[in-house]
Amino acid sequence: MNQPVIDTSPKVSDEIRKTTCYMCACRCGINVHMKDGKVAYIEGNRDHPVNKGVLCAKGSAGIMQVNAPSRLRAPLKRVGPRGSGEFEEISWGEALDMAVGWLNPIREDNPEKLAFFTGRDQSQSFTSFWAQNFGTCNYAAHGGFCSVNMAAGGIYTMGGAFWEFGQPDWDHTKLFMLFGVAEDHDSNPIKMGLGKIKARGARVIGVNPIRSGYNAIADDWVGITPGTDGLFIMAMIHVLMKAGKIDLDYLSRYTNAPVLINATEGPEKGLFLKDEDGKPLVIDRATGELTAFDEPGVRPDLSATYEKDGVTHRPVFHQMAERYLSDEYAPEAVAEACGVPATKIRAIAGELARVAFDEAFELDHEWTDFRGEKHAKMIGRPVAMHSMRGVSAHANGFQTCRALHVLQIILGTVEVPGGFRFKPPYPKPVEAHPTPHCKVTPNSPLDGPHLGFVRGPEHLALKEDGSPARIDKAFTWENPMSSHGLMHMVISNAHAGDPYKIDTLFMYMANMSWNSSMNTKGVMEMLTDKDENGDYVIPHIIYSDAYSSEMVAYADLILPDTTYLERHDCISLLDRPICEAGAAADAIRWPVVEPDRDVRGFQSVLIDLANRMGLPGFTKEDGSAKWTDYADYIVNHERKPGIGPLAGFRGEDGDKEGRGEVNPDQLNRYIENGGFYVAHIPEGADYYKPWNNAYQDWAVGMGIYDSPQPYLFQLYSEPMRKFQLAAEGHGDRQPPDHLRQQIKDTMDPLPIWYETDQTGNEGFTVNALTQRPMAMYHSWGTQNAWLRQLHGRNPLYVPTKLMREHGLQDGDWAKVSSPHGQITVPVMEMAALNDNTVWTWNAIGKRKGAWALQEDAPEATEGFLLNHLIHELLPPKGDGLRWANSDPITGQAAWFDLKVRIEKAEAPQDAESQPEFDPIKSPVGTGPKDLAWKVGK
Amino acid sequence: MTQLPQSTDRKMGLVIDLDTCVGCHACVISCKGWNTENYGAPLSDQDAYGADPSGTFLNRVHSYEVQPAESHAQLIHFPKSCLHCEDAPCVTVCPTGASYKRVEDGIVLVNESDCIGCGLCAWSCPYGARELDQAEGVMKKCTLCVDRIYNENLPEVDRVPSCVRTCPAGARHFGDLGDPNSDVSKLVAERDGMDLMPEMGTKPVNKYLPPRPKDTVEDQIDILAPLLAPVAEEPKGFISWLDKALDKLPGGSA
Amino acid sequence: MHPAPSVIVFTTLSGLGFGLLFFLGLGVPDVSGWVAFTFFAIAYALAVGGLLASTFHLGHPERALKAFSQWKSSWLSREGWCAVIALSVMGLYAIGVIFLGQSSGALGLIGALFSLATVFTTSMIYTQLKTIPRWNMKLTPVMFLSMSLAGGALLAGQTPIALPLLVIAAFVQMLYWRFGDKAFAASGTNMGTATGLGDRGTVRAFEPPHTGTNYLLREFVHVVGRKHAERLRVISFILAFFLPFLLLLVPFSHLFALLAVLSHLVGVALSRWLFFAQAEHVVGLYYGKR
Ligand SMILES: Nc1nc2c(c(=O)[nH]1)N[C@H]1C(S)=C(S)[C@@H](COP(=O)(O)OP(=O)(O)OC[C@H]3O[C@@H](n4cnc5c(=O)[nH]c(N)nc54)[C@H](O)[C@@H]3O)O[C@H]1N2
Ligand SMILES: Nc1nc2c(c(=O)[nH]1)N[C@H]1C(S)=C(S)[C@@H](COP(=O)(O)OP(=O)(O)OC[C@H]3O[C@@H](n4cnc5c(=O)[nH]c(N)nc54)[C@H](O)[C@@H]3O)O[C@H]1N2
Ligand code: SF4
Ligand code: SF4
Ligand code: SF4
Ligand code: SF4
Ligand code: SF4
Ligand SMILES: [Mo]
Repeated sequence: MNQPVIDTSPKVSDEIRKTTCYMCACRCGINVHMKDGKVAYIEGNRDHPVNKGVLCAKGSAGIMQVNAPSRLRAPLKRVGPRGSGEFEEISWGEALDMAVGWLNPIREDNPEKLAFFTGRDQSQSFTSFWAQNFGTCNYAAHGGFCSVNMAAGGIYTMGGAFWEFGQPDWDHTKLFMLFGVAEDHDSNPIKMGLGKIKARGARVIGVNPIRSGYNAIADDWVGITPGTDGLFIMAMIHVLMKAGKIDLDYLSRYTNAPVLINATEGPEKGLFLKDEDGKPLVIDRATGELTAFDEPGVRPDLSATYEKDGVTHRPVFHQMAERYLSDEYAPEAVAEACGVPATKIRAIAGELARVAFDEAFELDHEWTDFRGEKHAKMIGRPVAMHSMRGVSAHANGFQTCRALHVLQIILGTVEVPGGFRFKPPYPKPVEAHPTPHCKVTPNSPLDGPHLGFVRGPEHLALKEDGSPARIDKAFTWENPMSSHGLMHMVISNAHAGDPYKIDTLFMYMANMSWNSSMNTKGVMEMLTDKDENGDYVIPHIIYSDAYSSEMVAYADLILPDTTYLERHDCISLLDRPICEAGAAADAIRWPVVEPDRDVRGFQSVLIDLANRMGLPGFTKEDGSAKWTDYADYIVNHERKPGIGPLAGFRGEDGDKEGRGEVNPDQLNRYIENGGFYVAHIPEGADYYKPWNNAYQDWAVGMGIYDSPQPYLFQLYSEPMRKFQLAAEGHGDRQPPDHLRQQIKDTMDPLPIWYETDQTGNEGFTVNALTQRPMAMYHSWGTQNAWLRQLHGRNPLYVPTKLMREHGLQDGDWAKVSSPHGQITVPVMEMAALNDNTVWTWNAIGKRKGAWALQEDAPEATEGFLLNHLIHELLPPKGDGLRWANSDPITGQAAWFDLKVRIEKAEAPQDAESQPEFDPIKSPVGTGPKDLAWKVGK
Repeated sequence: MTQLPQSTDRKMGLVIDLDTCVGCHACVISCKGWNTENYGAPLSDQDAYGADPSGTFLNRVHSYEVQPAESHAQLIHFPKSCLHCEDAPCVTVCPTGASYKRVEDGIVLVNESDCIGCGLCAWSCPYGARELDQAEGVMKKCTLCVDRIYNENLPEVDRVPSCVRTCPAGARHFGDLGDPNSDVSKLVAERDGMDLMPEMGTKPVNKYLPPRPKDTVEDQIDILAPLLAPVAEEPKGFISWLDKALDKLPGGSA
Repeated sequence: MHPAPSVIVFTTLSGLGFGLLFFLGLGVPDVSGWVAFTFFAIAYALAVGGLLASTFHLGHPERALKAFSQWKSSWLSREGWCAVIALSVMGLYAIGVIFLGQSSGALGLIGALFSLATVFTTSMIYTQLKTIPRWNMKLTPVMFLSMSLAGGALLAGQTPIALPLLVIAAFVQMLYWRFGDKAFAASGTNMGTATGLGDRGTVRAFEPPHTGTNYLLREFVHVVGRKHAERLRVISFILAFFLPFLLLLVPFSHLFALLAVLSHLVGVALSRWLFFAQAEHVVGLYYGKR
């Protein structure tokens, strides 16, 4: 037959430019195909350690992001009232003068009057350096409202967390348990990993009230009642301990299970027995002697007790046995609360035991541990777990997260083949992290890094009078271990002037007047509220965004950023790098296209501001500027001699890794290498990292540690015990009385479960959750012409049982109320859902006028936010105080503690979801009607 | 050409694993990106930033809930593009010959310069695999990335469809389903690959691998229970078990 | 299916036009001169008008000629050929009848057959589609043909022929609706076979692939309310068959004849609207819309 002749080998593009995706924070490598100098097509970079060629929907849609009509075009000065969206375009000169005009007096007078918070920033080591040199104590990124429970729970327990700090050993694991994850930042790696596991026919268990996405492909689904994972996990710990299905060898060698605890009543009670060097003590099972835990040859005893002065010191493991063997943690006792049948809990525990022990395997990797003992093999226990905000976004999330790590650890599955592995620069014990600093001095830098890990009350960020030093009240008795700050409290505290008033709120990359705030309407009011003189309560707001987001309307000065293909960025080992469990890796972004608008990379703008103000760290001794822009900083800044933002191609010839002199050609070398750098961990150093001499030495060489830092996993958390001691009345830093009980109850050094505060929830019995859609990134996806066709509106998904109970059908409307507010939204039935849980996709709903969309866009009419129902404070308890809707240990925003009531409702007028807000004026107009994007001929 | 070839030399197609697809839409957008820039007219979008956005896509991911009689409901993500049917009705209905099935590999294509945009081929396709582009007025469908899979300007590993290359979960497989020894054919044989709407007689080349059985862990409780036999009933007993167990460890005192 | 006005107009008018041409080709009524001209003009206006209307829904009408190329396999292509042949042959025949006062009976017969064939090929375009069980029935061509013939006879003013043909067409229409309503279920295609998941449990569509609409939904997933459809059927039936029948029974008048034709035309158009609007394409299953 004759058929058309087609060209099956057309030219694909003129050139490929390799850089790093930033359609989300997963930071995959991308090949940007260019035609006629324009972006033609984006695909994954096969050589890249993160994504190995694959790319998610958002990544592939990047082309619609760099071309989005919503991109800001020039600096903006507010001309209408705050919140109106009325702006005037100004020059960069005028914009920077304005900013310096506000900032300089603050620095001279009282630097704490600047609150600089940076959202989902990927340059925190740089932005915090800027803030430190400015001198304000009020700096943090978004971690407090995101997942600090997960990060802190992991670091305090095992020196690293799930989140971005580790990953399952995808190549070996045979049983993978996923707790409370819809998507996460390890977006592509998790999908690739699930694919690998599935290809092997291995089992995936999904613990999630909602069976969609990853949980939909899970072989077994645990449709747990939200907020009860801790009980479920401890029931499995109970069953496993009771059956003796625990890795005793691992527990005794690598954890503090054998460490002796002081049992004397008084200020030392519950603290570790330590030698003069401060090393925790154990009994050596071989000799029966009391010894430091890390002595060569010691075999710490999990069982032996130690008598001194008539007091029995017992190992941590005794306390664990006492707690977790108790009947209150039997599956039968927790089944109802968790909504999981006891047989299922037992079956899963049994399966964990079976795979961890009966399917154990060995890798022929020789290694030497920190006690000097040589091991011929590495024992693999192919059980891996991962968890994220489903556990962490509850007010009991920190303890639940710790419990989950305890479960992994008693099975001996962390840092072993087939288990969960850290990614450099983790593992890193708490001791290797800084403590928080908050001492402000006019015209001077802060006394140290803002954020860190407290080891006890002495590290709280309190002023001399005991009041909070920070505007977000991080590191106070309300939430002592708030390692990431509390960005979600900044606006409400600044508005209330509690603990003090500020002058300028400077934000970057966070849509705080919309989807990243609780109580969205309240936040809009706080941002626009005026005092008795008619001045705004928060006097100045500076904001940097790349797009016409909802937050833009609420700032006085907008510093428009570039898009991710138009600027330099640095994804650094000093910060949140792109490492894999088997390799250290970092990456850059570089301008693969030049901006066609009057916009500037925000980091470069910060350098410009610093130079104009002459900030100390940015200025040479002769008063001249150290760096002209961010690219200059990335290459030439050194944290310590030889250690800078990028670890690859250091040294004059670019042949040094980790440590080495500045290489002026470094960025070009990165570009030639595909935009990233990988340093593989040698075989034999790649598992057992916290205790493996070879790894420790390698990490020192890479500049990750200054010296080897072997440590024990902290099943029992001594810093938590120190806070409890303070609450019991010991020590000179004492909590206020109203917080004593909360601290005693929640800061248990061994994981516990407690019911989150249910004050005011009477009559609100249904759990309400959000999930991330895989093809949307928070609010930014909506401006993307391709992605918004996938998720242009969001129904409330309601379980079959509640649909029937309320006489609802698909497309009906329901009034959903919480103790704090009310929304009216369309509903859809979902059967694969916990019977008492409703949910919707996160951040699909949009404000009219934002994102260059037409005002009748479905995102703005039908789409809605659940945030209107969530308050940053709990309902009043009648004690005259307002308690934060946060984890009492870390301050993590408790998004998922929300309880609601639903009722069938009439469709609102115009069938628009309620509440509706007035449109904001778009500073960029609206996008074109039709699109047929093709740049090639 | 509108007649179907008697047989094709190869049967190139996709195998989609419903047990692995997480419904991420990566394949959807990557397909949109590649095919907007490559074969034929760009895939257009109407009302792109307005009230009723819609556009041409060659691959869409549905999702279905399945309620078994006895167990939890399941959710299944379901990608769907042209199945490159052996007995493709879309080809035989086409009045202009624009639609055709390639002899060498069985790919069903539309020759856009011959297409009058009558829509009949889309009517005849049971799977909704064809969409008439509103800007261009011609029929669009999955090309199996015919401009990638033989493309000598691409490195050999990349000569696969855009959607396959991008799928993060590895749920999409590409190959010759006419060759019983190909990887895809073996997968289909091992996993009982199935046809959609076999009763339509279209003989799809693309196959779907069904989800594996779910929610079976509880059924195994009898096998697992012995593993969980208590070593002791209360903490005291546990400690004495512990002592014995520690002795048995390598380096223990026994 | 989306009841596009262009296809409704096309099938209605061209069915009627070719029906009339059929009778004219057979020499019924036996007319010549201006009277013949009028008849032929009406027939051509209907048939050609319908054909032209059908090009309105094309994305590229300027390439319409390409549609003649695939007569070996495509019913649409065959329809094109039949129509062109019928119109040309009948044109020659008409020239004879109008201007020469006589014409070849064989030519007329061929033209008449191609006119019917055109209607048949049109109906086969729909009948061949397994994807639309309501159309994929032997009754579909019978319905198209019986309506075309009844309409043709009516237009041709042949009361004695038209009366039984109207009865037959009405009967076929009833049967068509009766079986049509069961066709989808009888086809054996359902959510289970569409997804291949049927033997695991009850399958229900959850999230659509896009929250926005698309070509498939606009084109194939038209849903008519049941009550609404019932009412339209009754109206269509009365207008297409019952009223013309009654009007033919009363003593002949031009006004009544005109009314009968108009009533029939509107009734058939309504029936065609239902033909499309009620046709369920199996692709709707993927969208949970069946
Ligand atoms: N109900 C509910 N609310 C939630 C959550 C939830 O689960 N449920 N999750 C919470 C969590 S974990 C998070 S992290 C937050 C996220 O909330 P946000 O951090 O506010 O997330 P985005 O919507 O991504 O907003 C970030 C802003 O950055 C801008 N931006 C994008 N790219 C660039 C760029 O290159 N440069 C600059 N300068 N700006 C850019 C965007 O335009 C947008 O205005 O939401 C929180 N809110
Ligand atoms: N595509 C995409 N990727 C993203 C983002 C995005 O917006 N889009 N956002 C990024 C950000 S900022 C973050 S923080 C991460 C968050 O990544 P995830 O942790 O995956 O965040 P969520 O989507 O909030 O999903 C929380 C999950 O927990 C479940 N859940 C809620 N409560 C409970 C509970 O009590 N127990 C259990 N077991 N499960 C529960 C919910 O059903 C939901 O599936 O994702 C990042 N990745
Ligand atoms: S997961 Fe997707 S959006 Fe995120 S960086 Fe990777 S490709 Fe880009
Ligand atoms: S890319 Fe793969 S996992 Fe994602 S929707 Fe497509 S087939 Fe499924
Ligand atoms: S799936 Fe549809 S378009 Fe593709 S070959 Fe089969 S019938 Fe034709
Ligand atoms: S739309 Fe184009 S390809 Fe389809 S049948 Fe008509 S002419 Fe053929
Ligand atoms: S094979 Fe190519 S054209 Fe077909 S669905 Fe995949 S990416 Fe799209
Ligand atoms: Mo987050």
